[in-house]
Amino acid sequence: MAVSTGAKKPKRRGWQARAEALNAYVFMSPVILGLLLFTLGPMIISLALSFSDYNLLNDFQLIGFDNYTKLLNEELFWQSLRISAIYSVVSVPLGLTIALFLAILLNKKIRGIYVFRSMYYLPTVISGVGVAMLWKWIFNVKHGIINNVLGMIGVKGPNWLLDEQWALFALIITSVWGVGGTMLIFLAGLQGIPYELMEAAEIDGANRWSQFRHITLPLLSNVTFFNLVLGIIGALQYFTDAFVITGGGPNNATLFIAVYLYRHAFQYLNFGYAAAISWVLFLIVMLLTLLVFRSSPLWVFYESERKAK
Amino acid sequence: MQSILRTIRTRSGQQRLIDIASVIVLTAGAVIILIPFFWMISTALKQNGDVFLVPPQWIPTNPKWENFSIAFAQLKLDVYAFNTFFIVTAVMTGTLLSASFAAYGFARLQAPGRDTIFMLLLATLMLPGAVTLVPTYLMFNTVGWINTYLPLTVPAFFGSAYFVFLMRQFYITIPRELEESAMIDGASVYRIWWSIMLPLSGPVLATIAVFTFVGTYNDFFNPLIYLSDESKRTIAVALSYLSGSPRSVAKMNLLMAAVTLSIIPPILLFIGAQRYFVRGIVTTGIKG
Repeated sequence: MAVSTGAKKPKRRGWQARAEALNAYVFMSPVILGLLLFTLGPMIISLALSFSDYNLLNDFQLIGFDNYTKLLNEELFWQSLRISAIYSVVSVPLGLTIALFLAILLNKKIRGIYVFRSMYYLPTVISGVGVAMLWKWIFNVKHGIINNVLGMIGVKGPNWLLDEQWALFALIITSVWGVGGTMLIFLAGLQGIPYELMEAAEIDGANRWSQFRHITLPLLSNVTFFNLVLGIIGALQYFTDAFVITGGGPNNATLFIAVYLYRHAFQYLNFGYAAAISWVLFLIVMLLTLLVFRSSPLWVFYESERKAK
Repeated sequence: MQSILRTIRTRSGQQRLIDIASVIVLTAGAVIILIPFFWMISTALKQNGDVFLVPPQWIPTNPKWENFSIAFAQLKLDVYAFNTFFIVTAVMTGTLLSASFAAYGFARLQAPGRDTIFMLLLATLMLPGAVTLVPTYLMFNTVGWINTYLPLTVPAFFGSAYFVFLMRQFYITIPRELEESAMIDGASVYRIWWSIMLPLSGPVLATIAVFTFVGTYNDFFNPLIYLSDESKRTIAVALSYLSGSPRSVAKMNLLMAAVTLSIIPPILLFIGAQRYFVRGIVTTGIKG
């Protein structure tokens, strides 16, 4: 991110620069205070808590790595990691693929395309508890539409939300429904690709697949990168739908790490233990983000490179 | 020339086929997206007994429109709507003021450490909220703010990273001449922010407003953990409690009527302010 310092100005006198800096700090003060009060401060406290046995009964007392060793020996913790991992590995690439596919279709100059764009974005605007409850009803084993539609073609639908085999899959389906935000970001990226490039490739006889493979994908790779990072962070923090639709069940088959964290923090009031879970989650997110950033030179193509060539 | 003409001619034929195929695929997708809404409204309009017919009625034979008013009254949606809009208004005010104010400092004024602070702010975009969750909760608990609206609204006055970024990106596109002439007239930087920059920022402020509205309106987690009194709940939290109660299945029509009512405000906002939703994403500056 380029932080420009603006146009060069003649050297100013000391007091003027000091007055300007003072004003700058006043303007930035909400952000500085916010960072200290709601981010950096809590992070330090959270780290300290994670090494303590602070809960409803105990006062704050440092206990070293006990929370972490306990976590690593807890079957449910590994279960929650497994669920979050499966969900991320399936829903993020699936969501990206569908979003990109839709964005390409929605980038066409067809009459009425704006209506389609709005429709596909709509679920993003109303994501929340109401829609989660709607999904719960849709997946109802006997009366839900999914099983009724399946019944029409002679397939007996599973008991989606109460069957350990299917509950996670049901949640993945609902996540695909809300792919509109990612789609819109891809669409914005597609509109940044110069039309002449496509046209030139076409005149050179490139077919659609090779246009997509050699022009669209590389020129869109930075947008894909952005969506991938946001997708991973979002998937690992996935909470509302799991909480409302399945409550983490059946038999912990949808116990996402955020749901596990919620239970310890706000149901069992194990604050120290919950802080330890949150730090493990934080480290995982950091590691994955770092991995994606590190891998980006291999597959992300920046505009400046194109201009340099 | 000939060959190019031929390419263009065959291309337009092929293009038309592809356009038709695209419209078919898009329509199919749109149907899939809209079916849940259709199902929701269809259930909301049914008699209690008709909800569980097998096979289901897609279009209720005698729609019970009063389900909406019954749901509204029985579930006390007026109370929850008032709570929700109170929170949304406060959060919007805080977000707009703090983001536009702080962004001016980042965009225009020099100070040591300014860029480091800005980078730090952007880094928080990637921080999972879970890390700060427990201590933030304990902090609000210590100052006695649990079960009040303060934990939900006060943080909005301290600048949200993404919106500060959005505002700053906008400010740096405004020509400096406007401010310079005001400065010569002796206006302070605060006056310049208030009477020159803010009036020019209408579209960005609107973008931030719509995203804040939707985000706060749909927020479930924060009201869930901070509010305990039933009378203080937001729409989202109130709905979630209905879903958990054993009676809820028996009254699926009323429940779906309530869900339908609950999604009306964001849908209306979306219809009215669509371009601001799109702008918010396009101006993130992620391309190129």
